[in-house]
Amino acid sequence: MSSRRIFARPARFAAIAPYVWMVLFFLVPFAFVLKISLSQTAIAQPPYEPVFDLAAGWDALKTAFAALSIDNFRLIVSDDIYVFAYVRSLTVAVTATALLLLIGYPIAYGMARLPERWQAVAMVLVIVPFWTSFLIRIYAWINILQHDGLLNQILLALHLVSQPVVWLSTDTAMYIGIVYSYLPFMILPLYATLAKMEPALEEAAGDLGAPPWQVFWLVTFPLSLPGIGAGVLLCFIPIVGEFVIPDLLAGSNSLMIGQTLWLEFFTNKDWPVASAAAIVLLVVLLVPLLLYERLQKRQLEQGR
Amino acid sequence: MTDELPRTDTATNAAGGDPYPAAGQPLLRIEGVAKTFGTFRAVDGVSLDIKAGEFFALLGPSGCGKTTLLRMLAGFEAPDEGRILLGGKDIAQALPHERPINMMFQNYALFPHLSVRDNIAFGLKRAGMPRADIATRVAEMVALVKLEGLEKRKPDQLSGGQRQRVALARALARRPQLLLLDEPLAALDKKLRESTQGELMELQRRLGMTFIIVTHDQEEAMTMASRIGVMKAGKLAQVASPRELYEAPRSRWIAEFVGDINLFDGESKLRDGHRLVIGTRDAGALVVAEPREPLGAGKLAVAIRPEKVKLSRRGPVSEAGRETAINRLDGVIADICYLGGTTTFKVKLDSGGMVQASVVNSARIDVDAYSLNQHVVAWFTPDDCVVLLS
Repeated sequence: MSSRRIFARPARFAAIAPYVWMVLFFLVPFAFVLKISLSQTAIAQPPYEPVFDLAAGWDALKTAFAALSIDNFRLIVSDDIYVFAYVRSLTVAVTATALLLLIGYPIAYGMARLPERWQAVAMVLVIVPFWTSFLIRIYAWINILQHDGLLNQILLALHLVSQPVVWLSTDTAMYIGIVYSYLPFMILPLYATLAKMEPALEEAAGDLGAPPWQVFWLVTFPLSLPGIGAGVLLCFIPIVGEFVIPDLLAGSNSLMIGQTLWLEFFTNKDWPVASAAAIVLLVVLLVPLLLYERLQKRQLEQGR
Repeated sequence: MTDELPRTDTATNAAGGDPYPAAGQPLLRIEGVAKTFGTFRAVDGVSLDIKAGEFFALLGPSGCGKTTLLRMLAGFEAPDEGRILLGGKDIAQALPHERPINMMFQNYALFPHLSVRDNIAFGLKRAGMPRADIATRVAEMVALVKLEGLEKRKPDQLSGGQRQRVALARALARRPQLLLLDEPLAALDKKLRESTQGELMELQRRLGMTFIIVTHDQEEAMTMASRIGVMKAGKLAQVASPRELYEAPRSRWIAEFVGDINLFDGESKLRDGHRLVIGTRDAGALVVAEPREPLGAGKLAVAIRPEKVKLSRRGPVSEAGRETAINRLDGVIADICYLGGTTTFKVKLDSGGMVQASVVNSARIDVDAYSLNQHVVAWFTPDDCVVLLS
């Protein structure tokens, strides 16, 4: 009985803590953003109307509620600029995530097969870039990729090209930046899944007549699907909303939704449209999340 | 377990290799095989011949190299030295999937994402067996290991015993020339282990397959195997039938590893016709039969199994009493350990040593049982002892 009393309270707190967090730092801000997205832009402080003022009384609140509209959402859906920005964001995210998976999987697999002592070293090497500021690392890439940068110097020195290649302000540069920045987020969940996989399973497949490529395709790959799912989500979702990397490394002719948001918010001072764009982005991202969750649930049920 | 399974033929041998050699013909030859990990010599020059149809056990304490040897047979490790000949062909460097050998893994290594049926069919699909034949073979295997009705389950929906059967069925499905079993019963509880031992033996006999089992459990090895290879520090210490291993161990280490034994260190040696008289510190002079092979140099020990030590109140009884040279040790009962079928008595000898005697409890009510501190005579014949070199 006494042990129950000791553990009951912290356990209960631990159970509700994530919900408190979600309400304070997700639901409440979300409600603000949602409200702003339904408002109209105005030259005022704050730069939108209506403003709910509890002190103004019940009638004023009712008028304010009546002033809310979904015009901003109509605008976003009908204007090509926003549609293109969403399409481009999704295209970039899908391409970059595919590249990350192709590059990250072999690295994670190699790490998981290292002797245990070296696995820790490899893990540190994957995490080390985080010790430097993200912005500094992206600026370093600008240095490497610019006209007289390191990459062009090497290519010229090796006589692989006769003229400096334009890297900076291209999609290639953006993909390099994204893949470089997100690689640890792909590698770590993959590594975690692959490292805890029983090596005897691969041996058993070989023993039963599977050549190495079949061992991978029939056993290793299907068993690493949870890790692939986690890695893909961890990369895909933030890449869709990515702002800094495309802004610094890609050209300015086509924007991702993150950049569009920034423009609306800071340059156009149109908070309501920016908020509406953010809400649409959230909805777009919820779809893959829910799909993944359903997939996991199905796997769990099958496992039972 | 009703239908007689056909012994394999080339057409149905999924591995696509040569047909089995007939029972009793040499199947596997291991020649001077060695494997070193870093500086640790895990397997140190092992040579062994195994005939088709044998049930062979590799027995030894952990770290003796038995698992490494098995893994070299399966192809998971390549030997640094020596040859492994299967049906005359050197397979030492062949990859696992190229060998007509299958293995049952210690923790079964069942594919968690595949159903029972797909686990069993895995090897058959890899061999390119036609779909209809796979279905037939899987059904045959499922019946063989009595898993009917569980074909669609995933491994984590099965009990330990059921998983063990799936692993067995999966390893047998390809009808390998040689089946390797790595501690196949270690994860089962005692009752299930004993019944499974019997089933494995029955299966092996019926399929006429060659089994090599690795185990650290000497009782398991003795029960199932027709021949046992005892390994110690990477070497084969003795290869013998269970009876020979138990009754004529080649060294003191083997005698102690296999079963319980009383050991008396020898201090002197005298020849007396066909007998040797060994002077021991703990039990005085003991008369033993002269060993078949001449003894080399080294410290001697007289060994006697506890069940061969008889106890009586006054001295040797029955016809054995007429023997001229009987070993008779006087002492008091120091410990009684009742084990159900047998009782083990520890007798503190007047000469200072201790001897264990195991007595069958043949009567349910023993009015004349020995009690603690009672004076007894422990006796045994010269033929029941073995002289060992340390």
